[in-house]
Amino acid sequence: MHIKLIDIHKHYGGVRANDGVNLDVPPGSVHGVLGENGAGKSTLMKILAGYIRKTGGRILFDGREVAYDDPAVAARLGVGMLYQDPLDFPALTVLENFMLGQTRGLLRSADTLRSRVESFARKLQFNLHPDDAVSSLTIGERQQLEIIRLLSLGIQVLVLDEPTTGISSIQKEILFAALRRLAAEGKSVILVSHKLEDVEQLCDHVTVLRQGRVAGAMAAPFDASALLGMMFGQLPCPPECGRIEPGVPVLTLRAVSAMGGRTGLKNCSAVIRQREVVGLAGLEGSGQGVFLRVAAGLQQPLQGQVQFGEHALHDKGHHHFKRYGGAFVPTERLADGLISGLTISEHFSLQQAGGFWIDKPRAVRQARDRIDTFNIKGRCETRVESLSGGNQQRLLLSFLPTTPKLLLLENPTRGLDLESGHWVWRHLQKYCDADACIVFSSAELDEIMMVADRVLVFFDGRLIKDVPTCETSVEALGRAIAGKLD
Amino acid sequence: MDEFSFSILLAGVIAGAAPIIFAAIGETITEKAGLINLSLDGTILLSAMVAFVTTYQSGSVLLGFAVAALVGATVAALVAIFSVYLEQNQVAVGFVLTLTARDLAYFLGNPYSRLPGPQAAPAPVPVLKELPFVGAVLFDHTWPVYLSLLVIMLCWWYLYRTPAGLKLRCVGENPWAAYARGMDPRKLQLYSALLGGMFVGIAGATFSLASKPGWGRPQGAEGTGWIALALVIFGGWNPVKAAIGAYLFAFLQISGIYLQGWFPSIPAQVFQVAPFPLMIFTLMIMYFTQRERARIWAGNTPWKKSLLKLFAGNAPAGLGKPYKTE
Repeated sequence: MHIKLIDIHKHYGGVRANDGVNLDVPPGSVHGVLGENGAGKSTLMKILAGYIRKTGGRILFDGREVAYDDPAVAARLGVGMLYQDPLDFPALTVLENFMLGQTRGLLRSADTLRSRVESFARKLQFNLHPDDAVSSLTIGERQQLEIIRLLSLGIQVLVLDEPTTGISSIQKEILFAALRRLAAEGKSVILVSHKLEDVEQLCDHVTVLRQGRVAGAMAAPFDASALLGMMFGQLPCPPECGRIEPGVPVLTLRAVSAMGGRTGLKNCSAVIRQREVVGLAGLEGSGQGVFLRVAAGLQQPLQGQVQFGEHALHDKGHHHFKRYGGAFVPTERLADGLISGLTISEHFSLQQAGGFWIDKPRAVRQARDRIDTFNIKGRCETRVESLSGGNQQRLLLSFLPTTPKLLLLENPTRGLDLESGHWVWRHLQKYCDADACIVFSSAELDEIMMVADRVLVFFDGRLIKDVPTCETSVEALGRAIAGKLD
Repeated sequence: MDEFSFSILLAGVIAGAAPIIFAAIGETITEKAGLINLSLDGTILLSAMVAFVTTYQSGSVLLGFAVAALVGATVAALVAIFSVYLEQNQVAVGFVLTLTARDLAYFLGNPYSRLPGPQAAPAPVPVLKELPFVGAVLFDHTWPVYLSLLVIMLCWWYLYRTPAGLKLRCVGENPWAAYARGMDPRKLQLYSALLGGMFVGIAGATFSLASKPGWGRPQGAEGTGWIALALVIFGGWNPVKAAIGAYLFAFLQISGIYLQGWFPSIPAQVFQVAPFPLMIFTLMIMYFTQRERARIWAGNTPWKKSLLKLFAGNAPAGLGKPYKTE
């Protein structure tokens, strides 16, 4: 089906999320929509999918103008979307998720649909079992489920919003292979991403959005620097990678086992030294998250010892961790780090030591000061949930103590565009210069290779590789993540 | 209490639990769709009064039940319309309605206080009631009691085996995702509130026409609504487990009556109040079984794992969060 979006506008109050966007997607192709966070990509795609209503503009399917404002109608017309935050039901099973929205009649025809799940999954080489609970699946598998569900509805146009965020490189390969296959069958695929490499690997055409407008378009093969130029107006500079001699041990884990994640953490020993930047690699939930939580004193290990400097930490909690000079920044910024509904300055009020009254002027002063130094796009009275991902991360970083000994960061640049990501690392490196050490997890091997001095690879809850980044390669790490050691 | 018959005790539990089961099942249905209906306690009293008055005037017990169900659905509709469509706070609306419904019941029902009235006649099941033990426990009741047994199974079937039940559950989990799949979350929440409210109304009628026949102040149904709300949590939002909780509660209440006879030196109030702290104790056990240590304890032993699974239960993820369009 040939999709044409003409002069699409979407205004939120005075903010123009989309300001006259045109998009033309022929059938049988993979079309990229590229842009940094807040460029208006998701808004545009949600309009196409019927999830939000456009302020103005026209949508043509095969040259015929269509009007709808309901995702179910869009699906009937042939457009399905994979949302960035999966809109599925973790409490239900794979089969139940698959059925919802496509069953008719009084009694459910579970058996027919079960075989349908299996045949679709087989066709696209997805490994899905109808009776598994969705809560036990990885993000990648939840995407796969959504894709086969949409295909089973008979859609002709598949929109994917940042599908490669939070999935492993193996799952990405499977996903891309499936998408190529769908395009070869004559379906149109629209891939929304802020990652250049995704677009380079998969797309035939790309449209770049910047600040709600089309900044340019290009057909494959792509000129990376020209695309970056369209995305940012100017090229962001990558963080410098200073290799400094490590000092005394700061964090020591001895034969630590703990539960949590999909695999737990099994018999893990590691030493992190002063001034080191250590990357944790592995498939989502292979033990990195548990490692960080045990190290932060948020979770008590079942066995083994955790030592922070000269203090034992395994029998104490997070408050001791903080008192000894540690800081932890979790991946779920809004769930674990910031408090939805509170403004930026109220977050600073929360840090106030005591007293009977809230010292509002002081908090506002502090907030203004940090907004400036951390380059946060927001005002003191902005509620944190309305900040973009990059700005939330900057705000979280602004709460870090000024001279920490140990920084634990979980996916610090997840969901951030290139510029914000680079900004985060440039900022973090200042801490290392002040003798702190950083441990971070990331799904992006390129990021680890770029900023880390050493990498720990986790597989199935075990630490299977501990190697300096200068002695390894992305390929070797990729194999280690999949459990294959050289 | 000279003669103690276990079958009579159990029969009393089955009959005594019937109205609590209707209320708990009704609330489970409503909460599964993500809506909290706090008006339960007052609705039960109002529908009990209406059922009694209707039957008193018309002579038809069935009509009494039908009108009571209608009253329950009406109050639930108010909760749903105010909280789902007009986006008011569910807790506040439900709470105010529970007080209003209670006072309305006492005020309007006053002329009918302490009147001898009709009630659901005993309906022993022929043949089956002759069975030893089981016959006395299960098959010698009034028909609302049989209905309560049936409703447990029907509700489970509806929620877990029909597409309509699946839709209801998914709206309670994530209304935005339900919307993306072409459902109308508000309509589904309204419908489930109506259905749940009907059962709450039937609970009231079961009180005034079967288990505590008659109308007066106090009627004897006071507080049941709050117990039913606790039972929904106790049951982990599963109708069968909520019903088990209702039986447990009825058992504690009735054994209190027996124990009072056996230990006259202990003040009667102890036995009257005992079920409530025991319920809290059970809730604590449920909480502990969901902790990590319990999972370690269970390891891979099948019976331990199924024991934990019996206690496990999660609230619908969207419970109490009103759906708002983007």
